[in-house]
Amino acid sequence: MDILYSDKPMLALLVSAVAAMFILFTGERRRNLREFWTLLASVVKFSIVASMIPLVLKGKIIECTLFHLLPGVAFQFRVDAFGLFFATLASALWIATSVYSIGYMRGLQAHSQTRFFFCFAFALHGALGIAFAGNLFTLFIFYEILTVSTFPLVAHKETSEAIRGGRKYLAYLLTGAVLIFFSMGVTYALTGKLDFVAGGFLQGSGSDPLLRLLFATFIFGFGTKAALMPLHEWLPTAMVAPTPVSALLHAVAVVKAGVFCVLRVVLYVFGPKLLYDLDLWLALAYFASFTIIVSGMFALAQDNLKRRLAFSTINNLAIIILGAALLSPSAITGGIFHLAAHGFMKITLFFVAGAIYVKTHKENISELDGIGKKMPITLGSFAIGAMGIAGTPPLVGFISKWYLCLGSLEAKEIVFLFVLLISVLFDIAYFFPIVYNSFFKKTKDEMKSGIQEASMFMVAPIVLCAILSIVLGLSPNAFVHFFEMASSAMKNILGSGGG
Amino acid sequence: MTASPFPILVIVVPLISAFLIILLGWLKKSLCYPFMIASLMATVFFSMAILRWIIHHGTLHYYLGNWDPPWGIEYLIDPLNAFVLVIVSVISLLIGIGSKPMVESDIPRKSIYFYCLFLLQVTGLLGIVVTGDVFNLYVFLEIASLAGYALIAIGEEGAPFASFNYMIYGTIGACFYLLGVGYLYIMTGSLNMADLSKLLPDLYASKVVLMAFAFFVVGVAIKMALFPLHVWLPDAYTYAPSSVTSLLAPLTTKVGAYVLIRIMYGVFKPNFSIEVIPATTILSWMAFFAILFGCVLALGQRDLKRMVAYVLIAEIGYIALGVGLANRNGLLGALLHIMNDALMMACLFLIVGAMTYRGWPRQMERFTGLHRKMPITMAAFVISALSVIGIPPACGFFSKWYLVLGAIDAEQWLFVAVLLISSLLNAILFFRVIEYVYFEPVAKESEVKPSEERTKFMGNEAPLTMLIPIILFALAILSVGLLSGTIISLVIQFALPANF
Repeated sequence: MDILYSDKPMLALLVSAVAAMFILFTGERRRNLREFWTLLASVVKFSIVASMIPLVLKGKIIECTLFHLLPGVAFQFRVDAFGLFFATLASALWIATSVYSIGYMRGLQAHSQTRFFFCFAFALHGALGIAFAGNLFTLFIFYEILTVSTFPLVAHKETSEAIRGGRKYLAYLLTGAVLIFFSMGVTYALTGKLDFVAGGFLQGSGSDPLLRLLFATFIFGFGTKAALMPLHEWLPTAMVAPTPVSALLHAVAVVKAGVFCVLRVVLYVFGPKLLYDLDLWLALAYFASFTIIVSGMFALAQDNLKRRLAFSTINNLAIIILGAALLSPSAITGGIFHLAAHGFMKITLFFVAGAIYVKTHKENISELDGIGKKMPITLGSFAIGAMGIAGTPPLVGFISKWYLCLGSLEAKEIVFLFVLLISVLFDIAYFFPIVYNSFFKKTKDEMKSGIQEASMFMVAPIVLCAILSIVLGLSPNAFVHFFEMASSAMKNILGSGGG
Repeated sequence: MTASPFPILVIVVPLISAFLIILLGWLKKSLCYPFMIASLMATVFFSMAILRWIIHHGTLHYYLGNWDPPWGIEYLIDPLNAFVLVIVSVISLLIGIGSKPMVESDIPRKSIYFYCLFLLQVTGLLGIVVTGDVFNLYVFLEIASLAGYALIAIGEEGAPFASFNYMIYGTIGACFYLLGVGYLYIMTGSLNMADLSKLLPDLYASKVVLMAFAFFVVGVAIKMALFPLHVWLPDAYTYAPSSVTSLLAPLTTKVGAYVLIRIMYGVFKPNFSIEVIPATTILSWMAFFAILFGCVLALGQRDLKRMVAYVLIAEIGYIALGVGLANRNGLLGALLHIMNDALMMACLFLIVGAMTYRGWPRQMERFTGLHRKMPITMAAFVISALSVIGIPPACGFFSKWYLVLGAIDAEQWLFVAVLLISSLLNAILFFRVIEYVYFEPVAKESEVKPSEERTKFMGNEAPLTMLIPIILFALAILSVGLLSGTIISLVIQFALPANF
């Protein structure tokens, strides 16, 4: 594989860190300038990331080594197809979220907006760092940056509920981090290296029970961030955060970073062959299936819209992990692609929930009757997103689900096909009542008639994301070649690991 | 034979300045502070020069009065001393700079004597590090301790008693150390460390040598406040003036740790401490309980300064654990943690000092709204808190990484567990404070009446002389960790005992 040395990964990372500093020093007085920094940074960041796509698609790896940390481990960024996939997703959706959060925060006249935008930019810094990290050690550094920078966002409201949410978030994630720390130490003690290798590098370096234990601590460690059940409890609680946070971080950057790390461990540390030998893939697949089914049930019971979305997120994250665990070509492609597919659809749904909240201060599903007539564009987008999650063609959700189903057939495990199909039924069961009620039920008296959409800052990103999830469904390679990146990542993994 | 005069200058300059400062104070009081800073700067320069020499040329010998060892006193500087020397001198310079506002508000009339004692304290610490002679080390130990007792007694109500308590413990520790020196002298007739390490292996079977070793370890453990000999520390460091705590807390304990390493792996050969008697195992278990106890007791504190003092006990546990693990990674972690913890503790205690200087109570419930009044100080607090918890890229993570690796290498899973659990306990400790500072709504009737000046953004930030050291410490905490690979390959790896 060709390796190309370039500073671009580092630049892409630094953009948001530098922007965070500008945001901090601009402050509340010049809020327009402050928001300008956010927007500028998100666009610049996306363009830097996007500029790397053609090279990576040609099979090159972009590398940037800063300095040496431990014997055999450097502070290093290595951009491969998989990492770039996640980076593209996170930075693309940051643009939409930036626009949206300006509308949201101003619409609610929220306090401490500087801290909010500062931490947001830093969280993105962490997410990109995770995407580009060339080894576990570098990844862990950014993983912790992401964890810590998200804490103030979760506790943003400063109510006792928000602070409790923040505490819970930290308790779960720091415990997870400690487990990762441990697993990383053991890995390093076993092999003396931590660099990711497509197809894994742990083979033959420890006794079977030890490797199984290591796998468990890795999965439980990263699983906290990926909200695998029973480690998910922080995510619904963290929904007290402002909606842009829930949207980008709890649907894309943070939890997906968790999933991304799980996939990195599964596919780039352990590797398909080792997982087959130790039968761990099946254990992980069942673990994920459990989450898929149970979170679906939980979602049905939620009345708070954002909490329902949170459980749906947990459901979809587990689907991605299931894809990786099945280790068949289509399943891996589908799983990776679902990272992006779910990202676009779920962010639409969260944006809608936020728009409803800003406009009507309603958070519960039971209060949303007839709201579709007030906010037709918003709720229309919600319907699109919901259909996408349920896997309706021609939406983007269909493509990933299709590949995942194919993958479970390739893996010759029919059980997981049923799990996937049941999860689709759950999706329909918990989303469609919302769509139905909001459009077809009578409006309650207290609401005035007439169209009352939220501000343009909020509607535009909603519509954009909804449209994108249709366009990507029709042409999965549109704009940034998501599908091609996913399949090239799959080829790297299976090509050298020998699935 | 003297290749370079720096090893003696690094001691003599602050020692002479300490006495000159009193004379100078009679002439003009305002000259004392600049004079102290100048002399501290000189020590930093000398210690840097020594470090540079060490990196390029290897070990440095200086014979006092040109008497050849083992008859005369020898200052022997290898990478281990040089490393600790630089830490001690740099931190005392920064704390010295930051001490001015605190001293002028706490003890305006006696500031001359404060500066004198401060320099004596630094001299003592530097001397312990530089010397290659066990008896000379005792002398410097006493210089440092006596200055320390006096400095602590300056503090608030309760300080004289805490200082007295410390003095009792400290004297016992020093006596033990001296007894150890005496026993070794009886057996070998030598006081020179290098000479002792050559003479001792033949005598490892002797009960007297065993006794001497035990006296050494217990004596030093008292000085470095290793659990369960830590009892003097929380009171002493809580009641002492913040300017004193921020000098003593990071440095005395670390210098103690240095002496421990020097005795266990220098004067005695590593295989003695590991195999002949299970000293390292005992040490590790003491450290195990130190870490747990420090963290758990810290949980019960509402006074920030006291809480950090308990955290310090846990941090000493880390270092002792690294020493006790007795393998390469463990010892790397311990040495790295000597540096990292010195930075973190200096930063934290200086921040506490800055807060008290601005009239904030130390009770953490009253910290609400502090982030608007002292934004930079609080940012530095968050950075050092994250470092103590062990969150990268702050430096605390990197030393913890090596310690965990060391524990894994030694296959001591309990020690791995305690290191990890202490991270979580520290997270509870510090995020509790961060919550009060950043997220608790400002109470309407807070005890501190907000004046015009106070409510203004940054209106109540620490004075510049304190702010600059605080910022420098915070930056160092952020960068030293990432540079740890470089630091290890340049200095620390040469500081390890030969067969590690």
